[in-house]
Formats: sequence, C-alpha cells, structure tokens
Amino acid sequence: MNSLSQTIQDVFNEPGCDKNQAKSEKERKKGCTKQLQPGGAAGGCAFDGAKIALQPITDVAHLVHGPIACEGSSWDNRGAKSSGPMLYRTGFTTDMTENDIVFGGEKRLYKAIREIRDKYDPPAVFVYQTCVPAMIGDDIEAVCKAASAKFGLPCIPVMSPGFVGPKNLGNKLAGEALLKHVIGTVEPDVTTPYDINIIGEYNLAGELWQVKPLLDELGIRILSCISGDARYKEVAWSHRARAAMMVCSKAMINVARKMEERYGIPFFEGSFYGIGDMSESLRQIASLLIQRGADPELMERTEAVIAREEAHAWAAIEPYRQRLTGKRVLLITGGVKSWSVVSALQEAGMEVVGTSVKKSTDEDKEKIKEIMGADAHMIDDLPPREMYRMLKASEADIMLSGGRTQFVALKATMPWMDINQERHEAFAGYHGMVSMVREIDRTLSNPMWQQVRAPAPWEEAGAATWQSRALQDEGEGAAGAGGAQASPPADSEERRRARAICQCKAVSVGMIEDAVALGHHSTEAVSRMTRASTGCGGCAPFVARTIAAAQERPVATEAA
Amino acid sequence: MARVEKSAKACTVNPLKMSQPIGGALAFMGLAGAMPLLHGSQGCTSFGLVLFVRHFREAIPLQTTAMSEVATVLGGFDNVEQAVVNIANRTKPAVIGICSTGVTEIKGDDLAGFVKQIRQRHPELDHIALVQCSTPDFAGAFQDGWARAVEAMVEQLVDPVASDATPMRDPRRVNILPGCHLTPGDIDELRDLFEAFGLQPLFVPDLSGSLDGHIPQDFTPTTLGGAGVGDLRKMGLAAHTVAIGEQMRKAAEMLGAKTGVPYRLFERVTGLTACDELIQHLSTISGMPVPRKYRRQRGQLIDAMLDGHFHIGGRRIAIAAEPDLLFALASFLREMGGDIVSAVTTTASPLNARVPVGVVTIGDLEDMEAQSREGDAQIILTHSHGRQAAERLGVSHFRIGLPMFDTLGAGHLVSVGYKGTRDLIFAIGNMLMHSHHEASPQDWRDAWNDHTIKEAAE
Repeated sequence: MNSLSQTIQDVFNEPGCDKNQAKSEKERKKGCTKQLQPGGAAGGCAFDGAKIALQPITDVAHLVHGPIACEGSSWDNRGAKSSGPMLYRTGFTTDMTENDIVFGGEKRLYKAIREIRDKYDPPAVFVYQTCVPAMIGDDIEAVCKAASAKFGLPCIPVMSPGFVGPKNLGNKLAGEALLKHVIGTVEPDVTTPYDINIIGEYNLAGELWQVKPLLDELGIRILSCISGDARYKEVAWSHRARAAMMVCSKAMINVARKMEERYGIPFFEGSFYGIGDMSESLRQIASLLIQRGADPELMERTEAVIAREEAHAWAAIEPYRQRLTGKRVLLITGGVKSWSVVSALQEAGMEVVGTSVKKSTDEDKEKIKEIMGADAHMIDDLPPREMYRMLKASEADIMLSGGRTQFVALKATMPWMDINQERHEAFAGYHGMVSMVREIDRTLSNPMWQQVRAPAPWEEAGAATWQSRALQDEGEGAAGAGGAQASPPADSEERRRARAICQCKAVSVGMIEDAVALGHHSTEAVSRMTRASTGCGGCAPFVARTIAAAQERPVATEAA
Repeated sequence: MARVEKSAKACTVNPLKMSQPIGGALAFMGLAGAMPLLHGSQGCTSFGLVLFVRHFREAIPLQTTAMSEVATVLGGFDNVEQAVVNIANRTKPAVIGICSTGVTEIKGDDLAGFVKQIRQRHPELDHIALVQCSTPDFAGAFQDGWARAVEAMVEQLVDPVASDATPMRDPRRVNILPGCHLTPGDIDELRDLFEAFGLQPLFVPDLSGSLDGHIPQDFTPTTLGGAGVGDLRKMGLAAHTVAIGEQMRKAAEMLGAKTGVPYRLFERVTGLTACDELIQHLSTISGMPVPRKYRRQRGQLIDAMLDGHFHIGGRRIAIAAEPDLLFALASFLREMGGDIVSAVTTTASPLNARVPVGVVTIGDLEDMEAQSREGDAQIILTHSHGRQAAERLGVSHFRIGLPMFDTLGAGHLVSVGYKGTRDLIFAIGNMLMHSHHEASPQDWRDAWNDHTIKEAAE
C-alpha cells in the first residue's frame, strides 16, 4: 500500500498537468479531484478507470483480484473492438469468498494465474487490485513477481483499488502500471521514421479504424496504440516510436509525458472528433514526424489527404446540414469530449446550448470558452431534475450524453443520443463526423416523436402530465428566461426568434434574421445594424451562417 | 436428485454470478419513493447502476456512501450519516435502503448501530424509513442479497401483531413475496391472477410499479412506484402470504412469526402442474371457482405443450441461472421432455439438489460452456453474458435472467402462469425450430461415429 500511495502522489504531481502545477504543495497532496460527496456521487471508481484504460489490450488475460462485485457486474460491457484476439472479452476473477478474506487471497491469485496460463496461454496477465484485497493486505505485486518468474509469463500488477479515487485517477494508475512493467520490455522487429504512438485511444465502437486507413495511406505506422486494439508486444515496444499523439484529454498524460522524458518521444494533445480537429491532428502528426527526421514531403501528402477527405465529409454532411442548422444541443459528457464534440456539432450547423464540465480540466474549460464564446453555458454537477429543466428552459432539441442519463430526456419524450463509452456507433475521423450528424438527424427527424408527445384522445385538454408539471415548477423557480411555459408547436417559431443569441448586447435571433433579410449581407453590416457580435464575438458564427443561408436561398428558389 | 458440485477452480472465468449488494439494492427499488444506498466505494454503486440501466432501460435510483480509503479504515459512520442527510435533502425519499459491501463488512461497520445513532442525532428525519441489511459481496450471490433485503424490510418495517391479539384480518388481503427471478412483467401477470380471484395482492417488493418502463406522472429522483412503506407496515393485517421461490422462505417465516400471517411457498410458478397448484390454492383461500379466463389459458397451455413437445422433447439444453430460476426452468423443460446437459448456478440453495438433472454445478459460464460442448447442447438459456459462449458453440441463446443488456423488453419477459409458460414454450421451441439442421447428402455417409452410438445407447 505504501508504494501505491507513493504512485498516487506521483500522479498528483504530474508536471504535464497545468492544473496541478498551479496548486500549493498542500492542495496537491489532497489529490486532483473533488472530494466525493456521500449520497451525491455517481461516478466510477479507480478500478473501473484502470480497466477502461487497459482492457482494450486484446490478447492478454485481464484478471480481477477481488470479490464478485468488481468483475461480476461489469465484465464484457465496454465497447472496445478487436481486429483479432478476443481474450480481452473473457471475464477472469478470483471471486474471493470468506475463506480468502480470513486466510488471505494471495494463494488463490497465484493459482488463478496458473490456471489461466494452462488454459488460455496469453502473452501476459494483467492483475487488478481491488478494495477488499487491498484492505486485507494481499501483496499482489509480490504474487505477480513470483508468478512471472515461475511461469515465464509477464504478470502485470495494476494497483488501482476503487476506494483510492475516481475513474480518472484509475486511468493514470493504469498508465503507471504500463510505464513500470510493460513499456520498453520488448524491441520491435523493425522501426521506421514514420512510427507513432497513439495514447489514450480505446477503439470504442471501432473508432481507431476510422482513422487508421488515412495513416496507412500516408505511410504512417501506428507502432503502438495505448490501448485500443493493441497486442501486448506492441505496447511493450512503444518506446521506439518517433512521436506520439495523446488523445483523451488528461486521462493518460502521465504516460505521454514520461515517455517523452524517458525515451525522447515528443507528443501533442489532439482529438479525432470533428473535421477540423481531425485535420489538425493529422497535420500535427506529420509535423512531429518531420521534426524527428521524416521526409518533409510528408506534409504535402498530408495536406492533400486532408483536402480530399474534408471535401468528401462536407459533401456528405451537406444534405443533413440544411435540416440541422439551428438545432440546439445539450451536451452532458466529460473531459475532452466536452470541447471536441462542441466544435464538431458546430461544424454541422448546430448550436450547443450547454455543456457539462464535471470531468473537465481547467484547460478543457478554456477550450470550451474559446469555441463557444465567453458566455458558454457550462454546467458542473447536474442533478437529473435540473437536467430536465434545462432541456426545456434552454430549449434544446436534443440531449447528447452517456447511457445513465438518457432517461431524463427520453421520459420527457425528448430526443437523445449516446456519446459515451457504451455506445455502438463510431464517431471519429471524417467518416465518424458524418455518422454522428446522420445519427442526430435520424433521431431528430423520427416521426415517432409526434405520436408519443400527443396526449391520449380521452385525456382532458390541459390535463397535468408530469412534463407540464415540471415546467410549472420551472416557471415558479426561475425567472422565465427563454420562455419557460410549455407552448404548442405553433409558438415555436416565435420562441426561436425571440431567443437571445448575442448575450453581450441582447440581440435576438429574429433581429439578426431581419437585418439579413433587409439585405445586410456582411457580418460588419449586420453588426452595425443590430450591434450583434460587437461584444465577445460569440455570435459571429451564427451571423455568418444566417447570411450564408440567406444568400443560398434565392438560388434554391430559382432551381425549384 | 442432483449431485451438487462446487467448481474447484481458483479462477472464475466468465462470471455467471453477481454480488449481494446489488441484489439487495434491486429489492429496495421495489419500494415506492425509495433510494437504495450502497455503503462502500463509489464504484460498487456505479457498476450496479450501469448494469440496471442497461437491463431495464430505465433511470435507476442508486446512491453511494462514497467510502475513500481513509474513511474505510477509520470506519464509515460519518459517510453513512452524511449520505442519509444528503439524500433526504436532495431527493426527499420515503425510504432509504442501505446495503453493506465487502470493504465495509471487513472493517466491521455496524449498520444497525449506525441507523440507531442517526435516528438519535436526526429527529428531523423521523418521517423517512431507514432499512439496512448486511450484504457482503464476498459471500452469497445476487439472489441472496435480494432475500436479505426483503428480510430486513419485514424485520424493520412491518408492525408486529402480538400472538394473543386477534387482529382484524382482511380475508381478501394477500402478501406476496416474489423472488428476484420474477420480472416486472411476471409480477403484473400474477397481480392479474390474484385479482381475478377477488383478492387484494400486495407485492413486496413490487418491481412492476417501479421498473416496468412506464412514463411517470411526475419527475422523481427516487423510484417511480412500488410497494408503499405504509402498506408494508400493515402486512400483518393480511389473511395470507404467498412466497415465490425458495429464496423467499426465510422472509415468509419471519413475517409469519412477527404477525401470525400463515404462508405458503411455491418453489416455482412456471409449468402446468406448478401453475395448477398455485391456482388451486387461490381458489381455496378466496372461496371462488377458477375464472373462465384461466380455464381457457390452461387449455391453451396444454395445446402449446402438445405442439411444442416435438421441438423441445429430446433436445439438449444447457441452463445457467440463479438457483430459483434454474429450478423453475430445468423442471419445466424436463416436463417438456428436454434433456438438460448442463445446469450451472451461482450459490447454495436447498433447491439445487432437487433440480431434475444428474449434476448441478455451482460455477461460471466457462463451466457451462465446457459442459455444453461435452453434452453437445443445442440451445443455452442464460443471461446476456452467455452470448460469447453461444457464438463459440454455434448454438442458439435464449436470454433469461439478469442482466439482459442486449435485448429490448427484458423487464417484460413473462414466464409465470399458464400464459407465461405457454409463451415460453413458443419462444424456446421457435428458437430450436429455426436452428433445425437441414438434411444434406453427407449426413449419413460413414455416420456410425461415437456420438450416434452413444446417443442410441442412452
């Protein structure tokens, strides 16, 4: 346990994380996440986080040392895909019972490793520590060491019992296990100047495969993806890459930074979500590789691929863009997704009316401000009731969130789409962005909504449904910003136009549309007329879109 | 009848079993205005939450005392107190059901004592019922946790009726204690049945009110329905108790001892004779003849058995489920002539020895897979985690039990009563019919292999 608390302190001291570096020594010791509130918390634990980060390694056995609670209700429930081995989807656990608690579970763990070797012969076994054995003092590091020596099979202790902290800490502890026991232990057969690592990409729903074909085309080799669709040896030889991309915000920053420190592998932080972000990531990869000695012509080829792919993607999005422009999205997720998805949605013409920042770092929040403007509606900890009210109060058309909050929207007969780890759709890269737009459109344009929202014919007009009651509460609770009363569809156009788009100068959607309709076809002209986007500039994209839409319209009329 | 064997492996592979605390939590979800609370690390709650959301496709009320490493070592009273106060303020529940977990059990946190202390320190919470039970996840399984929670409800909520008192019992009122293997749909089916005899059933717990997938009348962070705490207190005024599943025996006995209400336990309510027994019992206690609707349904079940036996009789079937569900399914499929080649379960139960098979294994899905391969199973019946095994075995997979995360309508799968049994025959029979092997010219060429000879010998 001593070495575990040292590791945790080490993770908290992460120099790559600005947020931690800004803290005093004392604050830093407390850790990098909010103290959990009993009776008011809902997130996963450190073990969950470690499993999420490592389970995508497909050919190893993931053995959970603990009672049935830890693996029994969670195995094979994560959507990381494999192009080959399937062993990672097999649930292995020591299923500790009373005897193990009394006498210690180390022997059982050792035997379990032997059984796995005999029956499944994997290239390595990852052993996850959980709360109960940590509490009774099972030394899984010693067991792993003994088993590794005895069986000639790498056994990797992952020290992440649930009670040390939340999921995010678990991601980092998983990274520490890789740094300590795996990375640098195997040499690749060949290396090229075009070898990269992708760190923090888990290949959920096959998203890595939406990106890999382009890298293949450019001759860039993913030497190691940590950990999506990875094989053990690939992670073990990842220290030979020339450059690295760190994907998921701060989840595995310790891995990226320490690999830079130890092996001189430079990294950048990027995202595969959204057309702009995807292109930028490709450029950065090319640029880092060129810095490390790849032929500079790589950049030309990269730009050519970007131009071609962007053109394809925009063409594919165009039919949806017309239907989706102006649709409003409430985004409840965490970390990197809160900003990378925002820009993606904006590309499709949608507006993000609020985004959650519960799991985001300060840097994430800055990025959101950059993208959404200073008035970005950032939500910290949102109880479901508030979430529902927001859906109505800010007049969102759809909520994007993880599976656990979906019913807030669905029970209110509001459209919802899954963007968290259990989802089945892949949303990365150029194709992924098109899929995301298609999925949102598929949900929003479903004729089912009309039927499910209508009252039964025998209901009295104005009968109190729970939706209308919740709205009444809202009307009483908050000043009716944005119109809180339930209104029939006929009013929606009026409400849409009344909504303040420019928060600084209090300009409504309707005022901007009217200005454009009067023939003001430049942002400057509209600004002069309405004073929109003379403050923070956050509504400039909306003004530009409105002008663009107005200029296209006559053409469309002629064609018709 | 069966020999019960406990798997001797050190490593459980592809777990069938789930833990006690989440079984207990699900039982509390069958109470109205409830907030179940797991006393442990936040992960214990998070895993349970995701599991139930994916199974029921419903919002799930479930909270945690969010024990940190330090709190675990020092003892968890502060966390339990804070959690109860926070939940009371935030969600205004009628009842908070607290289940312990592995870490807090090892530390020795005394939940009963904690609740007493909270009562003393917080008289303002007197209107909220607090129920606690001990459900370490290193002992027992999901169905045991459910049973412990129901026993705790009986012990801590039901008003006692002194043995020398003559309470005003209502001959129409019946308490029903359903095991966790009954779905919300099953409970609805049984409610209709009891009501058809003019009885007023009270299901404890009642998942049909809370997790049946309805659109609620009001937004609530607690359960959307279920058995009311007030009704629970008055269980002693009922004339009868009906328990369904062996797991409910102890709760029924405790209720009887506390209130004097006699109980009858039905080990299963799937299959013709099993349903006959229940319906005969209802006719007896209500004094009413069996309604026409159920006479017709009985006829339909018999017809379904006649049509279905061609497809189920002699078919090799593997079942992996918790003891009460395993017993119900295996008994009924044996009655239909099915050949049970693998029976795997999660935990000890007196019923295990009475499953009509040679061996019942307390084990995992790896055991079921191996036995299925050995016994050349044609269909497997288990929860959604059996999908990988089914794929490798190349056989059909009938999803039943919990979790069913890759299936719509898990909460509405009905397998009780004449109608439920009839539909189960159709569903399983269809699956077997659709995977029927079509004859090929090579089938009988050099076909005297070991297997056909063995089959003939049997």
